Amino acid sequence: MPAGIRDKVAMLGMGCSKFGERWDADATDLMVEAYAEALTDAGIETKQIDAAWLATAIEEQHVGKSAVPLAVALRLPFIPVTRVENYCASGTEAFRGAVYAVASGAADIALALGVEKLKDTGYGGLPQRGRGTLNNMTWPNLSAPGLFAQLGAAYRAKHGSAPDDLKRAMAHISVKSHDNGSRNPKAHLRNRITIDTVLKAPMVAEPLGLYDCCGVSDGAACAIVTTPEIARSLGKHDLISIKALQIAVSNGLEAQHNSWDGSYFATTRIAARRAYQEAGIENPREEVSLIEVHDCFSVTELVTMEDLHISAEGRAIHDVLDGFYDADGTVPCQIDGGLKCFGHPIGASGLRMVYEMYLQMLGRAGDRQRKDLPRIGLTHNLGGFPHQNVCSIAVVGRHGE
Amino acid sequence: MTFGIKAAGAYIPRLRLARRVIAEANGWLTPSLNAMAKGERAICNWDEDAVTLAVEAGRDALAGHDRGTLSSLHFASTTFPFIDRLNSGIVAQALGLPDTVSALDIAGSQRAATSALRNALDAGHDTLLVTAEHLRSKAASPGEMTSGDAAAALLIGDGDPIARLLGSASATTDFVDHYRSQDEPYDYQWEERWIRDAGYMKIVPPVIARCLEAAGIAASDVNHVCMASALPRVVDAVVKAAGLPATSIADSLHAGCGHAGAAHPLLMLAAALETAKPGERILVIGFGQGADALLFECTRAMPGHADHLGVRGHLTRRREETNYVKFLAFNEAIEIERGMRAEADKLTPLSALWRNRETATGFVGGRCQVCGTLQFPRSRICVSPNCNAVDSQVPHPFADAVGRVNSYTADRLTYSPDPPACYGMIQFDDGGRWMMDFTDVEADDLKVGMSMRMMFRIKDIDTQRGFRRYFWKAAPAVTSEGSA
Repeated sequence: MPAGIRDKVAMLGMGCSKFGERWDADATDLMVEAYAEALTDAGIETKQIDAAWLATAIEEQHVGKSAVPLAVALRLPFIPVTRVENYCASGTEAFRGAVYAVASGAADIALALGVEKLKDTGYGGLPQRGRGTLNNMTWPNLSAPGLFAQLGAAYRAKHGSAPDDLKRAMAHISVKSHDNGSRNPKAHLRNRITIDTVLKAPMVAEPLGLYDCCGVSDGAACAIVTTPEIARSLGKHDLISIKALQIAVSNGLEAQHNSWDGSYFATTRIAARRAYQEAGIENPREEVSLIEVHDCFSVTELVTMEDLHISAEGRAIHDVLDGFYDADGTVPCQIDGGLKCFGHPIGASGLRMVYEMYLQMLGRAGDRQRKDLPRIGLTHNLGGFPHQNVCSIAVVGRHGE
Repeated sequence: MTFGIKAAGAYIPRLRLARRVIAEANGWLTPSLNAMAKGERAICNWDEDAVTLAVEAGRDALAGHDRGTLSSLHFASTTFPFIDRLNSGIVAQALGLPDTVSALDIAGSQRAATSALRNALDAGHDTLLVTAEHLRSKAASPGEMTSGDAAAALLIGDGDPIARLLGSASATTDFVDHYRSQDEPYDYQWEERWIRDAGYMKIVPPVIARCLEAAGIAASDVNHVCMASALPRVVDAVVKAAGLPATSIADSLHAGCGHAGAAHPLLMLAAALETAKPGERILVIGFGQGADALLFECTRAMPGHADHLGVRGHLTRRREETNYVKFLAFNEAIEIERGMRAEADKLTPLSALWRNRETATGFVGGRCQVCGTLQFPRSRICVSPNCNAVDSQVPHPFADAVGRVNSYTADRLTYSPDPPACYGMIQFDDGGRWMMDFTDVEADDLKVGMSMRMMFRIKDIDTQRGFRRYFWKAAPAVTSEGSA
């Protein structure tokens, strides 16, 4: 196992736009909104940034290809700028680029920014587009809810869970996230909902009803990272540093080999183990104090609890219903409202999750601030489908602890 | 060795529309439809056309037979999806026939299939003859009532046939009872009484007489007459005029299927062969700008096979569709709002389709010669985590493998011509799996572990360019012994 990046890179500043149906804003406006906050927070000027990464996924609907849109929007001074796309995990991919640049010594200060302008689609939900020449020939005309819903069928078959129990736990997840989102001024959806509302909502793809699905929003989030030494020299203390950054990408095993049963994320299990090792975490259920996971759908969050090795296999339903992951529970999950309430502007989501960790650890999370400042936070950003995906996990915490 | 019909197969789409549904929708305009509102007709699912029907009928006929020895494929239809692209070429690829096969599309007449059958029997090659019709009719037309979508297939060659030809005859004349030109989607037809009296009655009996003479068989010795007409009282009149026994008229399949155009004579022949006893004689008649007559003798009973459903098995495999507008929408007979998601570009790069024809049309995957793992699609590096051998795979067909549902969904968000879109992970018992579309299934019937049969279907219709692409979908498995 390589030495990894534990404590080699620290957060210097972060920013996040208001998420929502931003009829008022182009992607450029959202980028600048997140960036301005991060720059102020970092206390630096644009010219001090050595390198930058841009994450967008459905670029043809807003900024177009390449990193040029970021360089132009932020007027970056002819520095290296890279655009990354890795399905819905693109935001963490940009973060990884910036963190690795600093860790390698190639950059003193690096920037990662993710953005997506989805509300120029013309209809609700993610834009329906081709998946590549060959995939178009053999893949179903699939949608994200249709694929993630299949976790439900496979999970029930594997664990013998009663459909009603699973559905109730899924409903609890959405109700909990809406409670949390109602306390977050930057969230898209800020209404509280009831279990009954979730259970009676129109079906999108069995067992996913409308309220089991995250919103579709516009938004941007931004991180500026540097070395702990430079951060201190710039007057920062109580540093939040990166403990681990891991990405696992499906190699066709789940899609083509019968060893995978369809009830879990093979990538998440692997990425989580690697991340805990890199961060020096031995017992995640005890040591991780806060998590933000990729709750594109309630069922995703449910099985992810097990894939992160926080709930025992087959026990997530019980932990969820016991309130283990509630805002006042043992390990709060989506304390900011999650994808459920922020929606999922694809490139931005991974960085939005890190942003919440950063705020919570610095005690800057307002009405939703966790009383005991979290020590170790984990973000889980997933792109693709259960049977073929990209999973990125970031662990952040107090520098030196 | 005797040359003749070695096997017969059929395919009838699972969906059936009760004729009373058509009458209820259109009786306000055409009250005479009410008198025709008995029984049901077979209708294509949205993802079926003459090519997919033909593939299924071909598989039905080929059950238990070697495909590698076929030297020729004939496909007869008046409703080919492509005017200039060999439709039988698609069928050949989907059936995995050798690329040395000679393939021919035969069109242009209601007797396309009977003429093709005469030619195939004359030519003496090992031939698979498939015939299929996906018929379009104007709303409230009599054709909408009488038609049925269906396909039949005959395996012809040397060996131990189930039937051999005793004699045949034809006549050709430009009698235009109805026509459909290249620019029009629908038939234009003349008066029924004239078609019967000046057409059928004048043209068909002499051809039957010549056929019987050539065979040296008396009209009274014919046991089954496979002749059908979309018009009433025609068959009875012809049989009587030709001196054939009134009891020999075979079931027209009108009650449960409808008249399948050019495919219908062979569909009736396939049905007759299912029950005919050795020694019985079957007369097959095709009518259209003349007539064909072929007299067969049944030589032995048709052997059964689990994968062979035949006409009777397919008549049993049915689901009633009660929504007339859905039927119109499936047949593009109504301009319906499909939503913005339907606008997604369905371009098929033809060069990529050609490279991937075995994968996309043949459903051929790979078998790793190092570790034995079956996988789809075939790839350069083996997917098994314990192998990953390079260039180790040989082609392995999945089309006839039975798969099981590993996970499933009924998706109401994504675009489908028939929502919800049902799809899921299909796992094959011997190895291999794929996330694929389901078809011919209701969302409520889906279960993890259920057996699914692969079926060749339309994957996407590219309305912008008039192209359609095909792939395989999973449907609940049915065998001649019932549900698997």
